[in-house]
Amino acid sequence: MAIHGVALLALSCLGGFVLGDWLGALLGVKANVGGVGFAMLILLYLTGRFERADRFSPPSAAGLVFWSNMYLPVVVAMAAQQNVLGAIRGGPLAFLAGTTGVVACFALVPVIARLGRPPAAGTAGPEGGAGGA
Amino acid sequence: MSGILQEVLIKNGLLTAFLLVGGLMGLSYWASARLTAGRLHGSAIAVFGGLVLAGIGGVVAGGRNGLADLPVFAGLGLLGGNMLRDFTIVATAYGASFAELRRSGLPVVVALFAGVATAFLCGAGVAVAFGYRDAVSITTLGAGAVTYIVGPVTGAALGASSEVMALSIAAGLVKAILVMIATPLVAKRIGLDNPHAAMVYGGTLGTNSGVAAGLAATDPKLVPYGVMAATFYTGLGCLLAPSIFYLVLRVLCPA
Repeated sequence: MAIHGVALLALSCLGGFVLGDWLGALLGVKANVGGVGFAMLILLYLTGRFERADRFSPPSAAGLVFWSNMYLPVVVAMAAQQNVLGAIRGGPLAFLAGTTGVVACFALVPVIARLGRPPAAGTAGPEGGAGGA
Repeated sequence: MSGILQEVLIKNGLLTAFLLVGGLMGLSYWASARLTAGRLHGSAIAVFGGLVLAGIGGVVAGGRNGLADLPVFAGLGLLGGNMLRDFTIVATAYGASFAELRRSGLPVVVALFAGVATAFLCGAGVAVAFGYRDAVSITTLGAGAVTYIVGPVTGAALGASSEVMALSIAAGLVKAILVMIATPLVAKRIGLDNPHAAMVYGGTLGTNSGVAAGLAATDPKLVPYGVMAATFYTGLGCLLAPSIFYLVLRVLCPA
């Protein structure tokens, strides 16, 4: 039944969020630390277990996949309620503070990705050029 | 007539939101195929369209929640709120590769620390350039450049002025919105086309909504990887900004 997949997803989310809040409290931080990440790991673990035991029926999976497919519309709805004016009204200081960080971080992505490129990746890495360390 | 219609739309707010977002997405995919020959992905146009609507809603309703402040579109607040956002994002992990996630573990930790520190430094640098000299304000503005949650959390902890708090939130909003718009445009140049790069990207940029929407507009398959990494970013920022970063700044700029 579809609700089984949805319930499993809800269980994973709630479990992950509790862990994230708990970790935040443990670190003395007023924020959820990694809740969504923990929820994803719980979901992967649970669905993997059920699938191996052959107890995750296609209708159950369909309930899960439906919400996965609703992700983009939810993000569009999220975009439609951003405080765009607040960002604009922040003026040049807010604009520069936000943009310089984003530009610098975008530039960092390929650098860090190269540092830790996993060995088993199928794509040819750029490490062929100069040999040695 | 129109009174009854409006009442129905308001009473069934979530359904109205489904209809609005569905229509916007249909239009975006049509525009993507017809007007840009598929070069700009439909999802990227849809996210941008959502932001434009948010701006219009902000002007018309004068609130903080974009279009969702208009009673007719209040359902957007539920559809695009934190609960369903996290619910659907977690759902995207179904089918993600556990091995990929584990393999990129260490680079992601590097990305998280480098990303938070870089964003903070940029924000703090701009604050100094604009004449701020006290450690509390500089830290709060730097924290805002990390994410719009780290900013106010840090400012509240350090007792920043409300003007600085507002600016720090605005800096975080600029970041989130810019990441949404720019990710699909720079994706090729920064090699954002595999799970490993997506995790590093999520860890470096870290702003939850920005990463979620940016990846959705780039390649939906990469969403779970980027979000998995980004989910630790705000927490790390809230941990570092009011503590280590502030202490360092207090030594550098004694009030």
